This record gives sequence, C-alpha cells and structure tokens, in this order.
Amino acid sequence: MNLGGFCRNGRAPRGLFPPAFLLCGALFLASPSSLSAQTKNTCLDCHSQLDAPFRVDLAAFAQSIHAQKGVSCVTCHGGDSTSDDMSVAMSPAKGFKDFPAREQVPTFCAKCHADAAYMRSFNPSLRTDQYSQYLTSIHGQRLAKGDHQVAVCVDCHGVHDILPPNDSRARVYPTNVAETCGRCHANAEYMKPYNIPTNQLALYSTSVHRAALVDRGDLSAPTCSTCHGSHGAAPPGVASVVNVCSTCHVFQAQLFDSGPHKDVFKSLNLPGCVTCHSNHGIQHPTDALIGADKGAVCLQCHSAGDPGYETAAKIHARLVQLDTSIARSREILDRAGQAGVEVGPAQLDLNQAQDALTKARVAIHTVELESVDEDINAGLKVTDVTYKAGESALAEASYRRKGLVISLAISLLVLVGIALMIRKVESKQ
Amino acid sequence: MSAPGNIRNWLDQRFGWDELMAFLRHKTVPIHRFSYFYFLGGMTLFLFGIQVVTGILLLMYYRPVPDGAFESVQYIMTRVPFGWLIRSIHSWGANVMILTAIAHMFSVFFLKSYRKPRELTWLSGMILLFLVLGFGFSGYLLPWNMLSLFATKVGTNMTAQVPLIGHWILVFLRGGEDVTGATLTRFFGIHVAVLPGLATLLIGLHLLLVQRFGMSVPPSVEDETKAHPEKARELRFFPNFFLRELMAWYVALAVLGCLAAFKPWELGQKADLFASAPAGIRPEWYFMFMFQTLRFLPANVGPFAGDFIGVLVFGVAAVVWTCLPFFDNDRRGRSTRWFTGVGIFALAYFVGMTVYAYLGK
Repeated sequence: MNLGGFCRNGRAPRGLFPPAFLLCGALFLASPSSLSAQTKNTCLDCHSQLDAPFRVDLAAFAQSIHAQKGVSCVTCHGGDSTSDDMSVAMSPAKGFKDFPAREQVPTFCAKCHADAAYMRSFNPSLRTDQYSQYLTSIHGQRLAKGDHQVAVCVDCHGVHDILPPNDSRARVYPTNVAETCGRCHANAEYMKPYNIPTNQLALYSTSVHRAALVDRGDLSAPTCSTCHGSHGAAPPGVASVVNVCSTCHVFQAQLFDSGPHKDVFKSLNLPGCVTCHSNHGIQHPTDALIGADKGAVCLQCHSAGDPGYETAAKIHARLVQLDTSIARSREILDRAGQAGVEVGPAQLDLNQAQDALTKARVAIHTVELESVDEDINAGLKVTDVTYKAGESALAEASYRRKGLVISLAISLLVLVGIALMIRKVESKQ
Repeated sequence: MSAPGNIRNWLDQRFGWDELMAFLRHKTVPIHRFSYFYFLGGMTLFLFGIQVVTGILLLMYYRPVPDGAFESVQYIMTRVPFGWLIRSIHSWGANVMILTAIAHMFSVFFLKSYRKPRELTWLSGMILLFLVLGFGFSGYLLPWNMLSLFATKVGTNMTAQVPLIGHWILVFLRGGEDVTGATLTRFFGIHVAVLPGLATLLIGLHLLLVQRFGMSVPPSVEDETKAHPEKARELRFFPNFFLRELMAWYVALAVLGCLAAFKPWELGQKADLFASAPAGIRPEWYFMFMFQTLRFLPANVGPFAGDFIGVLVFGVAAVVWTCLPFFDNDRRGRSTRWFTGVGIFALAYFVGMTVYAYLGK
C-alpha cells in the first residue's frame, strides 16, 4: 500500500489513496435515511485520533457537505461503523473496500455524482455531468494516459472537508478558484514536465477580472474556470477565444464579428480578443490602447501610412475629444455647485455623455470610424448643453453675489435711516 | 382733511385706533443691563413671519408625493425665479428661528421671568418651542432626500420607545409601520396645517399674556431699583423699542440673505425607500444632543432597553422643565439657586453634546 506523498504540494498523492480518503468516497454509498438511524461511528472514533495521513478532522468533516447531507464513512468506504472490532469494522465481508488508487478517484466519486437518480434525492438541480466532462478535459485525458500528477476530484474539492461550491470557504468558491488552480499551475517545479507557462496566477492577480471578483466582490467576474471550464478544463483554442469572451462581453463580440478584423485575424490565426487585450493579465482598457501613439496595440500590426493606422489615430482622437469635453463640463458644474448653485439636473444629464463615451468605447470593436462617431457626436451634443448649463450657473452665482451686495447696501441704508429716526424721536422726547 | 387723516378717522370710529395708539405710546420696556434679551422673543416672532411668507411661496410649487416632492424642490431651486432664495431662506430661517427660540427660553429661564404671575406665559412659550421643534422635524422630511428619509426613520423610531402608546404614536406619525409616501403626505399636512394653526393660536395667547403682565424684570435688577428708585429707567415700546427691534430684524434678514447666497440649502439625493442607509445619517442640530445621548447609552440598562431609558429620561426632563414655574416659585431661596444650577447644567449638556456629536467620531 502506498501511503506516502499525501498532500504533497497541498495535493492528494499520486499513488494509492490513504484510508482517510476512503472514508469520504464511501460516504456516497449510504442513503441519508440509513445514516440518520446510525448513532455510533467507530470509524471516526479511531480516525479522529490517528496521525496523518489516516487522521480525519472531526470539525472539518462535520462541516462538510457530505456530513451535512447525512453521507457517512460507510457510504463510500463500506464496512461496519457500528462495530468496535476493527477487523469487523474494516472487514471485506462487510463491504469494506480498499481506498482507490489516484487514477481511480474520478470513477470512485462518479459512482454517486454521475448517478442522476441518486443525486436527485439530495438536490434535483445538481449537475451529474462532472465525470463525463472530466474525461474530455486535459486533466482527464492525461490521467487516462497514466499521468497521475494531473488534478483529480480531491485536488480541487478536498477529501473529508468538501464544502459546497457556494460556501465562501470552499476551494472552488469563485474567489478561491485562482488560488486552487495556482497550487499546481503556479508551481514551476511541479509543472516542469508539461512545458507550459506558470505565470498565469501572477498575471491574473494583477488583472481587471481579479479586481472585479475579489476586490469588488462581483461574483459574476471571471476566474480560471469561467474561461477554461472546471471539470472539463482545457485551454480555449484560437478559434473559440471570441466565443469564450463573448459569454460576458456580448456587444464587443458582436461588433468584432461585424468588423473587418474578424476575417483578418482568422486568416492570420490570431486569437481574437486576446490579440489586443492579452489573457490572464488583462488590464482595464484605456483609450491609449487604440491609436497611433506609443502603447497602442494597433501598432502591433499597423504602421504609418496604412489605412488601419489612420483610422486608429482618428478613433483615438475622437474618444479623447469626448472624454475631455466631459471632464470640462464636470469641472465647470462642480465649480458652480461649490458656488452654491443647484446643478443636479445638469450633472445627471452629463451621465448621458458618459454613457455615450462608454458606447463609443464598445463601438471601437468594429474598428470603423463611422460607428464610433455616431456615439461620440451624441455625447458631444450633451456636453455642449451641460457646459452651457455650467456657464449659466456660474453667471447665476455671480448675479446672486451682486444682488446680495446691493441688498446689503440697501439694508445698511435702512438701518442708518432707522438709527437716525430713533435719534430724532428721542431728541424730541 | 387729508387722505391719511380720513383713513385714521375711519379706523378710529370703528376700531378705536386712537385708543390703541395711546396704549402703544404708554407701553414701556424696562431698561437695564439685561434688556438685550428682550429682543429674542420679537426676533423669533419675526422669523416665524418669514417662515410663513416663504412657506406660502414654496407651497405654490411643492408637491407632497414621493414621485414629485424631490423633483418639485429641485424645480424650485433651479427653475423658479428666486426659488433658490425663497427655499434657502425658509430652510436657514427655520434653523435660526429655532436657535432664537431656544436662546429666548434660556434667557427667560436665567432671568427668572417665569415667576408668578407669568407661569402661563412660560407654559405657552414652552409649548410653542415644542411646536417649533415639530415644524423642524416635519419640514426636514419634505424635500424627500436620502438624509431626511433615514433621519425621519430614526426619529420616528424613537417614539416607539414611549411606554404603552409608543407603537401607536409611531404608526400615527408614519401612516403605517414604516416611513413611506404616506409619511410624507402626513408630515406635509402636519407642517402646513396642523402646526401653523396651533402655533398661531398659541402665539396670540403668548403675546396677550406678555401684554397683560408686561416685561419681567430680573430679581437682581428689581432689588437695585427698590434700593435706588431714581435709577429705574424705561423706554417707550413704540416707537423707541420697536425701531430698535426693527433694526435687529433687518440684521437677521441680511444674515439670512448671506447664508442663502453663499450656502444655499442642499438638495441631496432623492430618497430611495429600498436603498440601504447612507453613511452619516443624523438629525438636525437641535436634536443632536438627544441623538448623541442615545448613541452613548448601552443596548440594555438593567432589564430595560437603552433607548427606552433615554427617551424616558428626556420625556420626564421635558415635562419637569415645562412645569418649572410650579416648582420654582421661591423668589430668592435656596431652591431657586438649585434650579439655576440645573439650568446651567442643561445648557452645558445641550451645547456640549451637540458640539461633541459634530466634532466627535
């Protein structure tokens, strides 16, 4: 029995699994009703006292989804958990099974998780295609070829401490997925045999996607599994990159498809979105990304004199024009607001210009100046109005100040008049 | 006879104009080192008049419904000619009026003007002060912005702490279990009809009592004039005192104009009943001392909720303070000195807690 290597690199061992894992796997085989009737669990009595790798953490197991659903040790591992006699409790006659070898783990888990009828009794909406997907994944294909280093179920989900994916402590919770994948894919030593980059996690950590997911807590933002799949994980091919990105960036993809770049990229075998935006380290796009200035991605393919270069420069100029115009309007409205004039409606209108700029920034995926111009012109119309509103508001502020000075002067004259009247009245008395 | 003479003659024949003028000519105001405090009552009355006038002007555009309240105030501030000025003077004027009313109350307290026979004058004045605070509380919600919505939630929630009838008061004020459009309509009705009606009646009674008993002279000044009657000085109310009061009103008006021009009352963001509470919710400054006290109280004091204890203590204190003349009628004894001490403590507590609430974290 190969019990060594358990949890090396935080992963399950390559060889056979320790009995501890069997505890988990067997949990699937018992029905909740039969488990609920059990009051004694000699498996845990012993295994909670043993050292690793045989140890089962009682607290972690109690919080696991299996324990929560009433799935117990014998469900996966067989045997008799009511017997105090170890030879009986772990007797093959009682159905006790040796723990699975690493390559057997997916089928071990799939006994239950690929059984739609069985899983329905726990959660009718739970998917049962994980195993079939796994077989199509790079991990599954390599495992089938005898590579025991690739990820199997327990590497991502855990063993006895498996939590549901919507539990924020789970290793497969969206905010934790990148770290979970990175445990192998960011380990240069571990990935050496595959000759693939190991900087994905480092790049992703700087990306706009990670910022949205982790910093802003937007769980709809992508992590590794969003683009690569989870159980069927594989790198998207060049042809399908646009399809992957378009699951979220629908309009950009539609506009890209309607523009000239689609066919050109295809002919050059360029991977769509990734060509300009990169993949794991994708940054928040700025207007500097397009154009003919240094740093513009257009310069990767276009050079001075070609039509694409000219168009890129014009599109960039138009975006900057609207952006500057919005900033100018905002500045004057802020100044008027600070001067005490109500400019709320104009500030609200200015949002329309910002929306137009956003639309124009999406429209650049057509790489056609006319499409971008349409939104830019709409935005500029708004900023013209809001800027004038700002000017009027400043004029109003000035008018109010002047009015105040005049009314204060009149008040002062009246006060002097009253004082003189008092003096006159009192001199007569 | 000239036209003004004819009018005067006409008025005299019907309303006894000359008699009224004779009364005003004979009415006097005592002059001493505390005479400046006499201006506070008149100043509060003047500011109330400003509120009535500006309030009526605002009514011409204001719509007391959730879908229109904020927009109508925005319209007043941006489109109505001088709407910004009217609304800002109304908002600033409310605050200055409450300030002068509170100052008037404390001056009356420390000058012992509530003594016999002016108990009812004090009582009517205190009820007027509560009405003025009610004006402030009900008016705060009317612009229907985020801050006012949540401050009203907190404020009305405090009434639920009143024993036995607390929940009933809460539902009565809100027009339901929560602050909604029904609360806005209700507060509007209270602000523009119920409170002005009551206030007008009480102001009439208060002024009548002031005329009936005249201006009170502080005990120390009374003693001095008894010892030295030749030092007693008086000023004719009309026109001498009235003209001085008029000057003070003009100054107040100028101050309001400056505040409106340089710091127009903010509009804020439109109230959203489904939004979470914004940071920095707080009531108007005149309720801050209570708000801060409740924040200091622990969740539970013995078997009672902390808020309940706070509301109970403030309630009892308000009743005792209102009935003060009936407890403190000893002109110069130990008890009156004790009451003066309580007054100093109350003023220091009010100011201290308010300042702490604004400066503290």
